[in-house]
Amino acid sequence: METYSAIVLSLLIFVPLAGVAILSFIPRSQENTIKTVTLGVASLVFILSVPMYFAYDISNPDMQFAYIANWIPNWGAYYSIGVDGLSLLLILLTTFIMPLAVIASWKSVHFHVKGFMISLLLLDAGMVGVFCARDMLLFYVFWEAMLVPMYLIIGIWGHEQRIRAAVTFFIYTMAGSLFMLVAIIYMYFQTAAVVVDGTVISNHSFAIQSFMALQLPYDTQVYLFWAFALAFMVKVPMFPFHTWLPLAHVEAPTAGSVDLAAILLKMGPYGFMRFCISFFPAVSEQYTPVIIVLALVGIIYGALVAMVQPDAKKLIAYSSVSHLGFVMLGIYSMNIQSWQGAMLIMVGHGISTSALFLMVGLLYDRRHTRLIEEFGGLWKVMPVFSVIFMIVCLSSLGLPGTNGFVGEFLVLIGSFNSSLDHARLYATIAMLGVILGAVYLLWMYQRIAFGEIKNEKNKSLKDLSLREYALLIPFVLLIFWFGVYPKTLTDKTEATMQKNLKSYKTAIENVKTTAPGSEMKKNVNNLQVK
Amino acid sequence: MEMIILLIPLIPLAGAILNTFFGRMLEGQHASEEGESHEHHESKPIAGYLANIMVGISFILSLVVFFRVLNGEKFNVDYFDWIVVADLKITLGFLIDPLSATMLLIVTGIGFLIHVYSLGYMGHDPDRPRFFTYLNLFIFSMLMLVMGNNLVVMFFGWEAVGLCSYLLIGYYYKKKSASDAGKKAFIVNRIGDFGFGLGIFLVFGTFGTVHFEPLFVAIQNHPNLFAIGTTMTAIGMLLFVGAIGKSAQVPLFVWLPDAMEGPTPVSALIHAATMVTAGVFMVARCNPIFSFDIGPVSHIMGMSAGDLVTYVGCATAVFAATIGLTQTDIKKVLAYSTVSQLGYMFIGVGVGAYAAGVFHLLTHAFFKALLFLGAGSVIHVMEHAFHKAHLHDDPQDIRNMGGLFSKAKITAITFIAGWIAISGIPPFSGFFSKDEILTAAYHKGYNGVFWFGIIGATMTAFYMSRLVFLTFFGESRTKPEAREHLHDSGFTMTVPLMILAFFAVIAGLIGVPEALGGHNWFGHFLAPVVGEHAAPGGHHGFSEGMLITISILAGVIGIGFAYIMYIRKNIDADKLAADYKPIYTTLLNKYYVDEAYDKFIVSPIKWFSDNVLWKWTDIKLIDGLIKFIAVTIDLTGRVLRLFQTGYVQTYAFFISLGVAMVIYYLMK
Repeated sequence: METYSAIVLSLLIFVPLAGVAILSFIPRSQENTIKTVTLGVASLVFILSVPMYFAYDISNPDMQFAYIANWIPNWGAYYSIGVDGLSLLLILLTTFIMPLAVIASWKSVHFHVKGFMISLLLLDAGMVGVFCARDMLLFYVFWEAMLVPMYLIIGIWGHEQRIRAAVTFFIYTMAGSLFMLVAIIYMYFQTAAVVVDGTVISNHSFAIQSFMALQLPYDTQVYLFWAFALAFMVKVPMFPFHTWLPLAHVEAPTAGSVDLAAILLKMGPYGFMRFCISFFPAVSEQYTPVIIVLALVGIIYGALVAMVQPDAKKLIAYSSVSHLGFVMLGIYSMNIQSWQGAMLIMVGHGISTSALFLMVGLLYDRRHTRLIEEFGGLWKVMPVFSVIFMIVCLSSLGLPGTNGFVGEFLVLIGSFNSSLDHARLYATIAMLGVILGAVYLLWMYQRIAFGEIKNEKNKSLKDLSLREYALLIPFVLLIFWFGVYPKTLTDKTEATMQKNLKSYKTAIENVKTTAPGSEMKKNVNNLQVK
Repeated sequence: MEMIILLIPLIPLAGAILNTFFGRMLEGQHASEEGESHEHHESKPIAGYLANIMVGISFILSLVVFFRVLNGEKFNVDYFDWIVVADLKITLGFLIDPLSATMLLIVTGIGFLIHVYSLGYMGHDPDRPRFFTYLNLFIFSMLMLVMGNNLVVMFFGWEAVGLCSYLLIGYYYKKKSASDAGKKAFIVNRIGDFGFGLGIFLVFGTFGTVHFEPLFVAIQNHPNLFAIGTTMTAIGMLLFVGAIGKSAQVPLFVWLPDAMEGPTPVSALIHAATMVTAGVFMVARCNPIFSFDIGPVSHIMGMSAGDLVTYVGCATAVFAATIGLTQTDIKKVLAYSTVSQLGYMFIGVGVGAYAAGVFHLLTHAFFKALLFLGAGSVIHVMEHAFHKAHLHDDPQDIRNMGGLFSKAKITAITFIAGWIAISGIPPFSGFFSKDEILTAAYHKGYNGVFWFGIIGATMTAFYMSRLVFLTFFGESRTKPEAREHLHDSGFTMTVPLMILAFFAVIAGLIGVPEALGGHNWFGHFLAPVVGEHAAPGGHHGFSEGMLITISILAGVIGIGFAYIMYIRKNIDADKLAADYKPIYTTLLNKYYVDEAYDKFIVSPIKWFSDNVLWKWTDIKLIDGLIKFIAVTIDLTGRVLRLFQTGYVQTYAFFISLGVAMVIYYLMK
């Protein structure tokens, strides 16, 4: 067991890379072998990750499965990885989604299969790396490394406007992360030296711990906060940095959309929780209204724009803007329920939105169009598809009993009762998004599944194949399981969330007591006022 | 006992799951055969039998539980932790007391009768396994709603019944109007749930629990009621917004008439007897919140939560009744009547007469389910006749009916029982419950509400009589070629009608008021949950006997008018409509509420989202800005590139220029 604990994360990162190595020896013409090997590798990664769920000690809020090795000791950079309540579920989500992404691309990728599968595996490694890095340089390397395969997946295997989409995706995310890089370098040079046995190994350190220990002037912190925040806001994406997402989603092949929605977007909120809030608690507090207002705009705006989309994938993309708005509202409400809810939405969105993209992908495989108006009456010819599609839509619109409800409920009940100014107003506005969620999803569903079949081409559509069944059943099971017994998830994250929240509140208190005349807002008396 | 209680909702759920996976197989259908519907006419509805058995078992278990409650027992059982985060602890648990035990019997009992009826009504539908799956799922959801021991489990059931309603309204999914109606029902209900949700959040924020019993104890023992006065009223009002949506009250009633697109058994079960009454149940369940009134200090806009409930209920009762006067679709008349009757129930629970409100819920469940199933039977009869005669007339339009009494005797007689019950003629059930509500309103000082209630009752008696006279009496207006094919429905449909008719007649006897020599048994039965409601003491004005007389007169006058207009024809209804054309068309078009919503809310939002948000903000503004930045960078690059020509001469020139400038600067 101890060996497993020490090496599991490294395995999750390096097994996909080993898979890449194997693939490079297989001739590109043997497409089936390539697919099978990739599926095998991705499944192996998933299987390896499962015991982590059970071995994770829920009473321990700190890093587990930790491992550290020398990387560039002269710079104070280490190969240092670990998992806590913030990252455990996201890593498991990643390993769970990957094999399904491979299955989803089985028939829809027709050329350069080898390149595609290599990109998928690189992406897998990169995504796991981002969530478990405990060293800022390592984090940044994974963060950027993951962009490349995604860029290729969109740009090579995408649809008609793939180049434009890929370039937009790359520029947006690069622009965001460059600010973060500057901030990381700046902070790096403020850190203390790494000292081992009395000898100075490096003058500075990239360890997250040393970054957290920094005591920087408040004004400097403001700049640094926004440098990080910008990178993450692009990733979330928050209004007004969201326009890359619809484009990227629409143009990406199904597996790309699935990875994008399920995991890449989650790096934004993850970044906010892991870095922005713990590095700069006071600044976070001061700019909470800004972030929350943008989150609320995202919730309503995303939902309204989703409603009028003629393209199913674009509709789902905008719905992601809305859902991730809830996540950001939850995070910046600084409340245990809302934090847990934000995590649940991240996982839940990863499941239901992936499933939505997969299902639209299945339609695309059959009809080579994603326009909603091209369909209608599918219940008649594809009843099983329609039933599952309905379940997924219902989970996405947050019907109680499905995973979507629990997260939204927790975020809303938490933010409604948080100690922020205007907390109740925020939650009330966000509730409007819940109404709109039903509007755009049910309207899309109606136009796709209900009615008479008007389009001749839809008359001969085949219902789900066995492969497609196998692809979708795991999603359906999780949708209900997490809806009925969300403790499966919340138990794992509670300790870390409680600890982080506590240290955030302590930090805020310290700022207030040391600088009583500062501009910091006092939230202490809010409850009585309301 | 815990196990039995748990099984009550789980068994119908199991039925729904079994039918989802095996329903088609049980009926010997295969996906490929689906198109050839006529082949399955004669196959046995095995999926339907399964669904019937499941609800039947659930009903028997409910009876067992009910008798335990009758003996004074109460059960509050937690099964497992559902959502637990720090101090927020929500379990999946059930609370069985006289209120929920009554609801259990209504849901499973009437539910069972309607399942039986559906065997006949849906007998020719090849897709019926789907129908029975939804129906079982509905029973499960409704049971969760009434049994839940906390607000969130109730909310689960609340939204789940909304889903079932959506699925069943849109059951004939190929019809655009049906799927539109389903969607509308879901979305309008979500608008109501907006309030319900906020109410739950506020309850948790104020009391730290969402479980009914601890919550009510906390309210009772709160050290400073004045401090939470307006909060309590706000909670009540927010929760009631949910009830407005679910129980189709003004202004969110618009979905219920459209919901008649669903098969008629669904209208009877969901849109008359059970689901739409959930709002009334919720107010009764949360009675410590709605009764909370410590004077102006707790009022919002001059009202307590109970006042709001009362006024909305009263407005709805009258408003919907006026629309009911002119409708020609048999189910639409009943739909508006349901909206109106729900209004009466809210008057009851609003003025604090919770037992009266729930009593009317109970009697209404019997007579309205009866009326809807009767209407279904009429439609079935008409459809059959039109089908045989190869006509495409509307089988739901009462203008195509008339004189059906002799053709469909059982349907007619049972329907008449329902008609007298809803018209408020003693000793039929509707009289006692409606009278109790109006009397209570009067005694609590809501005189205006009382008189509006009486006016509404007169209209109710009138439009129901009009419906009965036009359908069952007078000359037949059915085309002659179809007339010979008019036969009464089969026994799976008529037996439930007879049972419901029996209860529609006698159910009122469990709540005969003291003034008429009764004991108001039902009121005492519910008292442990909602409290005895105060005896009318020291109130000036009409005596109890006088109020009862007024109430009876209302029914008699309504029926009398209809008799004069539609049987004696002393007044020409068409001429009356022509003389008051503006009023008539306004009523016929339901005050144009749907049109107004569409014009002032739905269309502007769509236009705004499409043009302003998407096509302008997203595409023009944000993407334009990005493009501008990209172009600027590109141009800057091009300009800067001019300096990097790669020619040493150019560099030398710039270097000399620079040196010259530096020297000039230093020399100055």
